[in-house]
Amino acid sequence: MEKKGGFMGWLDKRLAVDSLWKVMMSEYYLPKNINFLWSFGVLTMLVFVILVISGIFVLMYYKPDSHMAFDSVNKTIMMDVAYGWVFRHTHAVAASIMFLVLFVHMGRGIYYGSYKAPREVVWVTGFILFVLMAATAFTGYLLPWGQMSYWAAQTITTLFSKIPFIGPDLVIWIRGNYIVEDATLTRFFALHVTLLPALILVFTAVHLYAVRIVGSNNEDGIPMTKEEKKEKGIPFWPVFMSKEYFVMSVFLLFFFFLVFFNYNFAMDPINFQPADYLQTPPHIYPEWYFLAFYEVLRGFFFSEALGLIAFVLSMFIPLFLPWLDTSPYPYVSGKHRPMFKVIWWIFVADFVALTILGKLPPTGLFAWIGFVTSIIYFIFFIALPIIAAIEKKKVATGGGR
Amino acid sequence: MAEEKVSRRDFLLYAMGGWAAVGLGGVLYAMYKTWEPLPEVKAAGVVKFDLSKVKPGQMKVVQWRGKPVFVLRLTPEMKKCSNRVIKGEYVVVLGICTHLGCIPNWEPDRQIFKCPCHGGEYDACGVNTFGPPPRPLDIPPFKIEGNTIVLGEAGPEYEKMMKG
Ligand code: HEM
Ligand code: FES
Repeated sequence: MEKKGGFMGWLDKRLAVDSLWKVMMSEYYLPKNINFLWSFGVLTMLVFVILVISGIFVLMYYKPDSHMAFDSVNKTIMMDVAYGWVFRHTHAVAASIMFLVLFVHMGRGIYYGSYKAPREVVWVTGFILFVLMAATAFTGYLLPWGQMSYWAAQTITTLFSKIPFIGPDLVIWIRGNYIVEDATLTRFFALHVTLLPALILVFTAVHLYAVRIVGSNNEDGIPMTKEEKKEKGIPFWPVFMSKEYFVMSVFLLFFFFLVFFNYNFAMDPINFQPADYLQTPPHIYPEWYFLAFYEVLRGFFFSEALGLIAFVLSMFIPLFLPWLDTSPYPYVSGKHRPMFKVIWWIFVADFVALTILGKLPPTGLFAWIGFVTSIIYFIFFIALPIIAAIEKKKVATGGGR
Repeated sequence: MAEEKVSRRDFLLYAMGGWAAVGLGGVLYAMYKTWEPLPEVKAAGVVKFDLSKVKPGQMKVVQWRGKPVFVLRLTPEMKKCSNRVIKGEYVVVLGICTHLGCIPNWEPDRQIFKCPCHGGEYDACGVNTFGPPPRPLDIPPFKIEGNTIVLGEAGPEYEKMMKG
């Protein structure tokens, strides 16, 4: 990139590609005290690329019509199109693994305090990406028009009818019918393949740009200037990416192992029955990545309104982390915060417990365990400002080093 | 002079801004309207059903506006709930769980409607007795014409039931 002239020189004069490359790649420095968890951002991009490519290929045979959708997926794509099943498995497994990668990526951000100043914009754009991804997965899940597709859409859209005053009309508006029907399928399809992926691209760009402006955090939460990082760290390109290629190749081995040999977790057997408007399957549940939030909804089994409020809160409360927890260095990274560590690991265990409970029948003892685990989920977010206040006091009195 | 220049600019700005807001409002309204149910969906609303086809103790499902309507004929031994019964022996309710919209199943031996989704239960009259459902099953608007029930039109019996 050094020598001017030739095609790149010509392009640089017109697009300033040199400066762009420096900001985004070759002069973006990462500190050395980071670990493999910092690879997950690039992994989410890899999974997104896989989703787009496999999506385009299933899109070539998919028919967004309530009479044709099921067969176009389960007959045409799965049986008739040569290698069609590969693309469908890839798309479904990628959608599922996307959330695994996202949860790790977000968990890394929480544990190491990466949401704190000056990285609020990185955190907020990242959170928007999570919501967009959830919306994409939800709209995409309806497309095969199987029993699970249908009843997931039916129950989740019904949630909107609980909004005071406008709810009942709103749900009919969202569905374009009194029930989930052809109109719902077609509009979900349109959102799934155009608007939502486009928004994901836009927010990914802002997210990446924001990380370059404020720089990456590190395991110890040490604030570092760009100069310090340049001296002690490594450039994103080519050094960090060369390590990233290794992580990617290991990830892809695991990923394609799932696609070819273990895809069932991403393709529910009940969804291989066509949607029946008049028969709810005996036991319905969302995909695994929504189970924790779903369990919070069910956890308040004695009050529908409380359950709904808790459900919405549980999804959106992580957005406010930068303002719930503002304790400064040396209390940025969880690695150096003993009190934080305790509630963090309780939170992780609780999230796993909620995910498991989400698939169990909500009766008897499970109902009560669900209630307790739902409460514990929120305790993390309530405890954070308290812990931050104690730590700030310590810093003010000169302690903590 | 300078003052006048600024205010003229301001005026143009407000005029253009206002005009743009009108345009944007129009576009948003049109977008909003495209998502409403199509006329054919709104119109398809009236279904007739012969009640005498249901034997005592039997439950039949009639489809109305894409939704199931449960028609249950009570036997003399079954519990009566005068304010929800039509012609003294029929329970006609919308088969949509009032919790999150799943379709409950009729369990003849326990004489309850049981929702498969979150375990809600309703008695034979459609009144919620257990679990998350917040209220009894809804009663669709109906009219009685002899032995026939017309779903989707509110007759005097329906009005009376809604008031009581
Ligand atoms: C951005 C992240 C995306 C996520 C999380 C996602 C998620 C999903 C999910 C969960 C399904 C149901 C899978 C199944 O049961 O087969 C699905 C189906 C589908 N997706 Fe995506 N998707 C994404 C991007 C895309 C893109 C970019 C396109 C096309 C441009 C696309 C096109 C389709 C089509 C046509 C289907 C229906 C066919 C089928 O179910 O196999 N998706 N998607
Ligand atoms: S939808 Fe029937 S109990 Fe939840």
